[in-house]
Amino acid sequence: MSDSFGLVTAHPYMANSVPEIKREMLEAVGAKSVEELFEQIPQEHRLTTPLQLPPALTSELGLRSHLLSLLGKNQTCEGNLNFLGAGCWQHFVPGICDEIAARRELVTNIWGTSSSDHGRNQGLFEFCSEIAELVDLDCVGLPVYSWGCAAGHAIRMAARLTGRREVLIPRLMDPQRLSVIRTYCEPVQNAGHITVRLVDYVMETGGISLADLEAKISSSTAAVYFEMPSYIGAIDANAAAIANVARRFGAQVIVGVDPLSLGVLSAPPKYGADLVVGSIQPLGLHMLAGGSLGGFIASRDEERYVREFPTLLLSAAPTIEPGELGYSMTLLKQSSYDAREQGKDWTGHTVHLWAQVCAAYMALLGPAGFAELGALVLSRSHYAAQRLQKLDGIRTLFGTGFFKEFVVNFDETGKSVAQIHRELRTRAIFGGKDLSVEFPELGQSALYCVTEVHAQADIDRLVDTLAEVISK
Amino acid sequence: MNEPVKLRKYHSAAWDEPVVMELGRKGRRGVLFPAPEVAVRDAVGDALGFLPSDLRRQAPPALPEMSEYEVLRHYLALSQEVLGMMGISLFGTCTMKYNPSLNEQLTSRPEVAEIHPLQDTDTIQGLLEIVHGCDLMLRELSGMDQFTFQPGGGAHGAYCNSVVTRAYHASRGELERRNQVIVTIQTHPCCAATAAAAGFEVVTLMLEAGGYPSVDALRSVVSDRTAALMVNNPDDMGIYNPHIKEWVDIVHAAGGLCFYDHANFNGVMGKIRARDLGFDACMYMLHKTFGAPKGGLGPAVGAYGCTEKLAPFLPGQIVAREGERYVLRESAGAVDKVREFLGNVPQVIKAYSWLRAMGASGIHEARDLSVLANNYMGKKIQDIPGVTISNPDNEQWRMEMTRYSLAELTKATGVMAVDVQNRMTDFGIDAPWLSHEPWLVPEPITPEAGELWSKEDLDYWIEALAQACRESYSDPKMVSNSPYNQAIHRVDASRIEDPAHWAMTWRAYVKKRARENIQRTLEP
Repeated sequence: MSDSFGLVTAHPYMANSVPEIKREMLEAVGAKSVEELFEQIPQEHRLTTPLQLPPALTSELGLRSHLLSLLGKNQTCEGNLNFLGAGCWQHFVPGICDEIAARRELVTNIWGTSSSDHGRNQGLFEFCSEIAELVDLDCVGLPVYSWGCAAGHAIRMAARLTGRREVLIPRLMDPQRLSVIRTYCEPVQNAGHITVRLVDYVMETGGISLADLEAKISSSTAAVYFEMPSYIGAIDANAAAIANVARRFGAQVIVGVDPLSLGVLSAPPKYGADLVVGSIQPLGLHMLAGGSLGGFIASRDEERYVREFPTLLLSAAPTIEPGELGYSMTLLKQSSYDAREQGKDWTGHTVHLWAQVCAAYMALLGPAGFAELGALVLSRSHYAAQRLQKLDGIRTLFGTGFFKEFVVNFDETGKSVAQIHRELRTRAIFGGKDLSVEFPELGQSALYCVTEVHAQADIDRLVDTLAEVISK
Repeated sequence: MNEPVKLRKYHSAAWDEPVVMELGRKGRRGVLFPAPEVAVRDAVGDALGFLPSDLRRQAPPALPEMSEYEVLRHYLALSQEVLGMMGISLFGTCTMKYNPSLNEQLTSRPEVAEIHPLQDTDTIQGLLEIVHGCDLMLRELSGMDQFTFQPGGGAHGAYCNSVVTRAYHASRGELERRNQVIVTIQTHPCCAATAAAAGFEVVTLMLEAGGYPSVDALRSVVSDRTAALMVNNPDDMGIYNPHIKEWVDIVHAAGGLCFYDHANFNGVMGKIRARDLGFDACMYMLHKTFGAPKGGLGPAVGAYGCTEKLAPFLPGQIVAREGERYVLRESAGAVDKVREFLGNVPQVIKAYSWLRAMGASGIHEARDLSVLANNYMGKKIQDIPGVTISNPDNEQWRMEMTRYSLAELTKATGVMAVDVQNRMTDFGIDAPWLSHEPWLVPEPITPEAGELWSKEDLDYWIEALAQACRESYSDPKMVSNSPYNQAIHRVDASRIEDPAHWAMTWRAYVKKRARENIQRTLEP
C-alpha cells in the first residue's frame, strides 16, 4: 500500500483502509492528499517524532494469544476459595444474565430515540421499577457509577433540600466509600463544603451509637447517612430510632443498602428512610475486578425530591398511537446536559448496560428468589461465623445481627491477619479483607464475606485450614 | 463511483412486550437456590431469627414471578428492539467504533470476570500488566506522565480533573482565591457541570470569528482567580483552535491549570499531543476513541492523564511497575477517591487490546480515515437542499466531525431536525446526534464518520438524510410523524415534565394512571 505509515494491508477494523477507496474519497473531496485535510492544525502544534507504541498485533489470532498469555497470570475466585467482599461481592450469576450482558444490541448502542432504541429504554425502566419494589419507593433514577457515588449525590441532594451543610456518617464505614463521599462533600475551602461528621459505633453490635448521634446532630445537619447492612455486615436494630433522631432535627434520612438483602430485610422507608441508595453489583454481575460496580438513588415521588435528582430520569410516556406505551428521558432541563453548570451535579455515561442485566436478574429471582437467597446467605454466613469462633484464638466481633459479612478477630492466635492470609493463599483460599490498618482498634481483624456460592464444604474447608494455620 | 444508493426495506422487531412487572403468574420461579445443608440448618436454625423482628421484611417485593425461559424471551425481545449500532451509527461526538468480539469474549473469561478487586497483587499480575500497558500507550499518545482509570466515564474524568485542580491549588494555599474555571460554550457541558459540582465558579467564553473565542476574550477573563481552563479541541463542529498554545500560555502565566478534554481525539491522534501544546492534564474516553463499547451509556472509562506536577494528587491507587512486578501505589498527597477500586478494568483491557491491534500505523490510519470520511460526507451533504454547514465563514477542511443545520429546511417545511432524525431511523440508521445544549446552530445535526464505516455505509447514510429532506418538502406531515418502522411510534413526551404524569417506575405509572382514570370518570 502507498501509505507512508507502513500499513501494508487493509485493517479489519477499518473498511476504508484500502488504497483504491481512499483515492476515490480524496477525489470526491477534491484534495490532493489526506495531509491537506489537516490544514487547520498549525505546523508548530504537530508531533514531529514517530509514535512509540508496541508493535501492532493486527491478526486476531496473535492478539488473542498475547492477551491470553497476560490473563493467564491471574488467579481467580473460581480457582480459589474466596471470602473477600467489602464493596464487591461474589454471588451466583444466572446464565441468562451473561447472555443478556453479551447482546451486541445492548453492548454497543449509545443514545438513539425513544422509538428506535425502545427495547433498551424499556429494560432501563424495568430496572428502575424493580429497584423501586425492593426499596419501596416510587422514584428511581438511572444508575450512577457506584454506591459511593450514589451516596455522595444523595448527600448533596439533601444539602440542597435542607439548605444545611453537615452530614452524619457512621465511623465504621467502608474507607473507600467514605473517601468517595468526602470528594463529593468538597474541601473546607469551598463555599459548597459539606462537613462530614463521623458517628461512633457500639462495640457490642457494630451499630450506630445513639448517644453519639444525639451529641453530634443539630439544626445544621442536612442528613444522617447509614447503611443496612453496614460495612461490617451489621443490621442495626436501632434503625428506626436513628431515623427518628434525624427527623426530630429536620435532617434527611439516607440509607445505603445491599439490595440483595431486601428479600429478608425491611425496605428502608419502613424504618424512616427518605432517600435510599445502594450498589447494583450484587444483582447478577460478576466481580470483574471491581469493574461491575454501579449505584442507584431512590426517593419518594415527591416533586421536591425528583427535582433534585442529578441522574438521567426515564419516564413512561404514551406514543402518538393510542394505547401504546413508550419511554422518554424527562427533566433533562435539570441535568448537566441541558443546564451545564446550573445543573444538579452532573451526569453522563454511567453503567446502563449493567442495569439491563440487573433487570433480568431481579425478574428471574422474583419475590420468592430474593427471600430464599436472603435466607440462604444468612444461614451460610452464620454457619461460617459459628464454626470459626469455635476455633481457639479466633472470635467474631459485633454479635450475631449480621448479613453476609462479619468481622473475624485473630488477636489471640498471636498471628497477624497478613500472616494468616498468606498461609491461606498457599492453600488456594483468599481470606477476607484485612481491617487491621483501616480500623486498628479492632486489632488483627478481617472482614469475611460468605454468600450463597459458599457451600458447607467450602466453609468447612476454610475452618479446617484456618485451624491448621493458626496452630502452626 | 456514483451509482444511486438504494435504501433498504428495514423494519425493527416489534414484540409489543408488556412491562416485565405485568408478566408471569404467581408461584412461578426463574431461579432456585440450593437449600442449606443439613449441618448448616442444624447449626443455625431459623436464619431469619438473626434479624431483629421489626426489621424483617413483611410484604414481599412486588416483583414478577416468571419461569426462566419467560425472562430470557422477554429480554431477548427487548434487545431486538434496539437499533443502536446494528445498522449504521454515525453518532457525533461519540466516535462509534468497531467493538471487537474478541475483547468481549476475553473480558467474560474467569481471569477477568471472577477477579476480586482486593485480591493480593501477586494474584492479578496479568491484569495489572495490562492496565499499566494501557497507561504507557496513553502516555505516549498524550505526552503525559501518569494516567488513572478510576473515572467511570467522560464526565467523571472531567470531575476528576476538577478534584485534582482543587487539590493542586489547595496545596499552594490558593484554593479560596482561585475559584474560577474557564470553559468555552463549545466545551462539553460536563466540564462546566463538574467544575461547578467540585465547587468552582464557571466562566464561559462565547464563539467569535472562525468558530472559537478570541485570545482577547480569554485574556479578559483570566486573573489570579483562575483555577483552570477546561476545553475541547477540535470542538464538535470540527473546528480546531489554532491559538490553543497561546491560550495555554496565558492561563499558565496567570497561575491556572489547563485541561484538555480529548473527547474529539480521533481526528488528531498521533498528530498532536496535549503535553506538547502545554496542557497539564487530559482525558480520553476509552469507550469512544479506544474501541471499548458504550453499553447504552456505560460502563465506561474517562482515562485521566496528567503531568508529574499533578500526578501526586491523583485519587486512589495507580498501577506501577517495580522491576518485574506490578504493584498498586498511592501517593501521600492523593486526593480522596472519585470511585471505589481501580475503575472499570474490563474496559481498560478492551482499550489495551484495541491499541495493540492498531499500533502506531493503525492509529495514524484511523485518524486520517476519520478526517477524510468527514470531509467526504461534507462534500455530498452540502448538496442536499435544506442543509447548510455550521461556521460557513471558516472555509478550511473540517476535522473528524462537522455540524450541519437544517434551519432552511425547517423554515421552508416546518420539519425540524428531530423529525429528520426520527425519519432516518426508518432506514435502519441510528438516530444521528443533534447537538449539545445550547444549540448555537439552529436545527443541528452532527454526524461523525470515524474510521469504521465503509464508503458504502457513508453513502447510504447520506442518501437516507437526502431522502428524509426530500420527503420533508414533499410530505412534511409524514416526516413529522415518523418513525414508521420501529418497535413503537413517536413518543409523546409533552406531559412527562409534569409531576402528575411523570412516572420513573411502574408503580408510579400504575398509581397515576388509576388517578387519571378516576378523574376521567368524574368529568362530564
